[in-house]
Amino acid sequence: MVMIPAMQVQVATDQVFAALADPTRRAIFEHLARDGEQNVRSLTARAGVSQPAVSKHLGILKHARLVRDRRTGRETHYSAQPQALKPMLDWMGMYTAFWHDRFERLESLLKRMDQ
Amino acid sequence: MTEPAASRSLVIEREMPHPPEKIWRALTQGALIEEWLMKNDFEPVVGHQFSFRSTPVQGWDGVINSEVLVIEPNVCLSYSWGTMGTMSVVTWTLTPTTLGTHLRMEQTGFRSEKDAAYKGATYGWTKFIGNMERVVGGRD
Repeated sequence: MVMIPAMQVQVATDQVFAALADPTRRAIFEHLARDGEQNVRSLTARAGVSQPAVSKHLGILKHARLVRDRRTGRETHYSAQPQALKPMLDWMGMYTAFWHDRFERLESLLKRMDQ
Repeated sequence: MTEPAASRSLVIEREMPHPPEKIWRALTQGALIEEWLMKNDFEPVVGHQFSFRSTPVQGWDGVINSEVLVIEPNVCLSYSWGTMGTMSVVTWTLTPTTLGTHLRMEQTGFRSEKDAAYKGATYGWTKFIGNMERVVGGRD
């Protein structure tokens, strides 16, 4: 029987889900993943929220290891770490396996049931 | 992951040689649900809060907290699915066909339980997952 995938990926997945639950953070992350390394100023220009807000979002993304920062002089550059999404994508893949298994069981039950 | 297309939106569809009324019973009667899904205290009443329970394993208490969102007999059933700090919605849709029933299960809107009240993000989230699977897949 396929179980729901709790387990090893839980902590990483929780943090990643929480970090990406916010649409502004998702947009920042997607922007970094697509366009490469950026500083806070250029991210703020695109995000539609204040620079302190962007910094706060970056802190949360960094905590979930979705974003890495690199300092050069007074400037901090941020880049996406898309491989941090892998536990979450795997988790969704395991859910797919779970539902396929339950569909099999549902069909087998339906065969046994009266009309 | 072997099925990225399915996991992106978590939709599973199947045609079954049974009438919708019969499948509906399997989806909405507690004792029958237990036979194919999990132990539960489901009631087919919108707003009813219930849980699915399976054997606890390390790191998970085996409990899924749910609330009935939609009951449209023989047509549509939807409940929330909260576990491990994440919340999603499971929706079953039944469409009669010449052979029986087309059954569709969709699990959408994965998000942090804290943000469960936030509506309308489902499309953006599904699209995001699709984009990110391409990014992650491309770098593997």
